[in-house]
Amino acid sequence: MIEIKDLHKSYQMGSNSLHVLKGINLSVEDGELVAIMGSSGSGKSTLLNILGMLDGADSGEYILDGVPIKNLSETKAAQYRNKFLGFIFQSFNLINYKNALENVALPLYYQRMPRKQRQEKALKYLEQVGLKEWAHHLPSELSGGQKQRVAIARAMAAEPKVLLADELTGALDSVTSYEIMELIQKINDQGNTILVVTHEDDIAHMCKRIVYLKDGIIEKDEKIEQVRAESYV
Amino acid sequence: MRQLLDRDTWIEIFQSIRKNRLRTFLTMIGVFIGIYIYIGLSGASKGLDNGFEKEFESVARNSMFIWAQTTSLPYSGFKTGRQIQLKLPDAEVLRKQIPEIMAIAPRNVRGIFGSSPGLITRGLKSGNYSVFGDFPDFTKIATKRIYDGGRFINDDDIEQERKVCVIGERTQRELFDEEEDPLGGYITIDGISFQVVGVHKFAGGGPFDNDSDIFIPFSTYRKLYNTGQDVSWFTIAAYDDADVVKVEEDIKATLRRIHRIDPRDERAIGSFNLGEAFNRIFGFSAGLTFLSLIVGVATILAGVIGIGNILLISVKERTKELGVRRAMGATPGEIRNQIIIESLVLTMLAGIIGIIAGAATLRLIDSLTQGGDFPYTNPTVPIPYVVGSLFLMVILGILIGLIPAQRAVSIRPIDALREE
Repeated sequence: MIEIKDLHKSYQMGSNSLHVLKGINLSVEDGELVAIMGSSGSGKSTLLNILGMLDGADSGEYILDGVPIKNLSETKAAQYRNKFLGFIFQSFNLINYKNALENVALPLYYQRMPRKQRQEKALKYLEQVGLKEWAHHLPSELSGGQKQRVAIARAMAAEPKVLLADELTGALDSVTSYEIMELIQKINDQGNTILVVTHEDDIAHMCKRIVYLKDGIIEKDEKIEQVRAESYV
Repeated sequence: MRQLLDRDTWIEIFQSIRKNRLRTFLTMIGVFIGIYIYIGLSGASKGLDNGFEKEFESVARNSMFIWAQTTSLPYSGFKTGRQIQLKLPDAEVLRKQIPEIMAIAPRNVRGIFGSSPGLITRGLKSGNYSVFGDFPDFTKIATKRIYDGGRFINDDDIEQERKVCVIGERTQRELFDEEEDPLGGYITIDGISFQVVGVHKFAGGGPFDNDSDIFIPFSTYRKLYNTGQDVSWFTIAAYDDADVVKVEEDIKATLRRIHRIDPRDERAIGSFNLGEAFNRIFGFSAGLTFLSLIVGVATILAGVIGIGNILLISVKERTKELGVRRAMGATPGEIRNQIIIESLVLTMLAGIIGIIAGAATLRLIDSLTQGGDFPYTNPTVPIPYVVGSLFLMVILGILIGLIPAQRAVSIRPIDALREE
């Protein structure tokens, strides 16, 4: 599903060049649930941004579902993002003047799906995350966990190849975090490929594989015994 | 274009406009005031225009008065200071030589310009009123509104030197009883009996008009007062497309030739060119219209720039939202169009509300000034001006929207989504 070869990325900070990614090689299969761990400054967010086509790499190869991702125009990148990727953010990033249903339907809007069909589909995904009754509530009327569920539904609505989650439990308490992870595991069980960036050990261990990043290189990459989140709840 | 016709685009835009109520309101105020001022001012100047037109509707626009004074230059053996007297045949010469003249009415009068008025009596009642000797052509220049049943002097009156007269409203009030029908009644003008054939309604166009004026046939007048061929002054109307200033010059030159006056003598023939005065008044209101156009356009421009300004701030405020949209697959083009359409909608909405408010204000002013002395009638704004200003707003709204739209597009989604 994801094929990365010798990925390099550096940022210009005035006259200094900060080499963030120093040759990353990573291969993710279909249906994997991968945690990317590392301390701050290890380059995990940069890696996620490149995976999410929000940023370009300096050198190296990135192939997503057989499509080489390189030198994309903004418009092309937008189309690929819409088609291939679903994003889940730490701070949810819901649009605050749209209700839950409209937020979930947003990626479908950019797919030019007709309104009615869009709403049906969005409602289906809201149901999947258990928020069907909250469809017409604004984000400000939802709890943190509910917001993240809406965000997950939104990420899945476009039926992307890969879900990218950036510290998705960072703003939640531990109980809610486990509930969210339970949902993530459930989605993964259905065969979806998910990448989770986190620095929390327990969250990482709910995945099936952990990639440890340190100073821009992969320190360790191991498959683990998955801890089911429901055992905590 | 696809985006413009899509219902969802509009839902998106109205959602984002509705969400930022205060911002929307503040943004629209500038354009609203601009178009409001523009509509108000240009409507007011049109009202003034109409008001003047109504005020002077009883007088032909291209009319002038010509009279004779004393010469200021010696000429052809005559010494300076000679009193010139206009004569009736002058009118015929003028009519022949100056084709731009539509009508010429020689007039004589007693009661103004220092001469004593006629003594009018009827039974025991009497009064002093101005008496005019007139030709029927006079009505082509200054409309005289005659009350029902009556008429003005006609050609037969002139030809047969009839002793008939047209009296004013006040004359009627002072000489006749209230229920009495003045038509067919007789009054005595300086000892001669005249039959009343009409009562004129006072309009107040010319400078010497009065509601007591009495008009009698020119030919009768000259017999009554023994004025021979003398004419006090000519009232002349030129055709609408004629240059009144040039016509006036031609008339004066011709009269100088007839009366053997030095061609350079500016004082011998006096004149008052009503047409020129009209042109000046209408020029003034045209200037006012132009001014309101400038002020209006400038204010609209300022308002639209205000919209651009606030949208720019709002784009900064919405950086995160725009970043999310980009991450969800919005293309830069879609983001750009959304901002531009938002700008356009705000501009148009403000503009239309401004037009409606402006029109309502004009209506209010119109109803307040009804019947007053103020020359202000039917203030309207021509539709092309309204459409033009809307068109201008569309153009400006799009142009100004381009700036925040460009800013919105230049934000990279990664920067927009970066945690603070």
